[in-house]
Amino acid sequence: MIDDFGQTLLVTLALAAFTTVILVVLGVPLAYGLAYSKFRGKAVIEAVVSLPLVLPPTVTGFYLLLAFSEESAIGSWLIHTLGMHLNFTFTGILVGSVFYSLPFMVHPVQSGFENLSASLREASLTLGKSQWTTLIRVLLPNIKPSLLSGLVLSFAHTIGEFGLVLMIGGNIPGQTRVASIAIYDEVESFNYDRANAYALVLLGVAFCILLLLFTYNKKLRTRILL
Amino acid sequence: MIDFHVQKTIHSVQGPLVLDVSLQIKSGEWVALCGPSGSGKTTLLRLLAGLEKPESGYITFDNEVWYNNRVFVKPQDRSIGFVFQDYALFPNMSIREQLLFALPDSRNQALVDELLELTGLETLAHRYPAQLSGGQKQRVALARAVARQPKLLVLDEPLSALDQETRLRLQDEMEKIHQHFGLTTLLVSHDAAEVKRLANRVVCIEAGKISKQGLPQELFASGSQPVLGKVIAIQTVEEQWLVTIQCGETKRQLLVADPSIQLGDRVWIRD
Repeated sequence: MIDDFGQTLLVTLALAAFTTVILVVLGVPLAYGLAYSKFRGKAVIEAVVSLPLVLPPTVTGFYLLLAFSEESAIGSWLIHTLGMHLNFTFTGILVGSVFYSLPFMVHPVQSGFENLSASLREASLTLGKSQWTTLIRVLLPNIKPSLLSGLVLSFAHTIGEFGLVLMIGGNIPGQTRVASIAIYDEVESFNYDRANAYALVLLGVAFCILLLLFTYNKKLRTRILL
Repeated sequence: MIDFHVQKTIHSVQGPLVLDVSLQIKSGEWVALCGPSGSGKTTLLRLLAGLEKPESGYITFDNEVWYNNRVFVKPQDRSIGFVFQDYALFPNMSIREQLLFALPDSRNQALVDELLELTGLETLAHRYPAQLSGGQKQRVALARAVARQPKLLVLDEPLSALDQETRLRLQDEMEKIHQHFGLTTLLVSHDAAEVKRLANRVVCIEAGKISKQGLPQELFASGSQPVLGKVIAIQTVEEQWLVTIQCGETKRQLLVADPSIQLGDRVWIRD
């Protein structure tokens, strides 16, 4: 049986890992579309993607809480048609996290695409390759540092989430209780040692992934320049 | 045969300009496009390749419609081999991998070996673009465009960044490839000697329109036409400037009284 401490860390890591995987699937095509297409309303999509960067997480969380509730049209549809209860569930904080961390995946990948010479993509297309083959075989392998930045930043950012998770998920052990909320909770109850244990784990994880990012990106850049 | 009439407004340094070009190129023909920078040559190649969309007109290739007011065939579905001015080699692939990637049928590895041999790249096949010289990169770009087995080969100033010796060698290789694969080739070049050597026909484009066309020998007859050159050296001689200009394979020296002339300037000169 995992204790409360382990369970909280597990929920935190699972949330960060699932969010990152979903963001690769959603964020990379979105970044591709934003980098290479011109269409009416592109600025609106870019603004929506960037909103979490400027909006307090509690504001995002508050509106998502309202949107997921049975009283709203979206929430009612989610609950009655798909049977998805998002408020105060793990799935709910996962959906919220995906939205909240979206710019951390989309921005580095989009700027990676934009910094590549446009002729690389065009060359692949004139060689008779589809957009999908071009993305997988030509573009993504040449923006590995940006892709890695996107992965690491999304993961690290999700681990540090507080306001949004608290709004949508509350503080349910084993379900929606993540480490940053647990720290707050433990400090409130004067359990400084326990809070310190959580904080140390988060500090360690954050430092290690950033270290990995910088070391690996340096290696990648050196290899590209060689 | 490629038959087209395309119109598109382009935004050049001198302001907006309407590119309006109509041309027919027979199978196996080698046509050179020349004209001053910003006259629309590269845009024309991009329109033919489907990388940009004309505003009106048509493009047909061997009775296949690539573009008209109802049809727009995507670049990946046009049988074109495009050699970009910056070569556009994929940094993540070795030379052999680039050629294999370009093959329409990945089983046809014999073509890759043949192209590596034709372009003298066999010993470098495992190298990556960052490890190659300009001339070698150009060869890879050419071999890769041909590995795609196109009917039309399009070359956008492919040799402009190379030294004279490499240019001459690569002109031989381009000629060899054009003949060997029975291609129809469209080349943008500023180099009169290169055009005379390779092309069957020259089409000059100025301000978006065809200004003249004809046999290279006629159009580039010595003395009758200004030639584009690049300033490669400037010396001061008694309050004047002795300027060395590289025009194709030849160098010319002129005394100039204009103090604004700078290294790297592109200038027209007349014999």
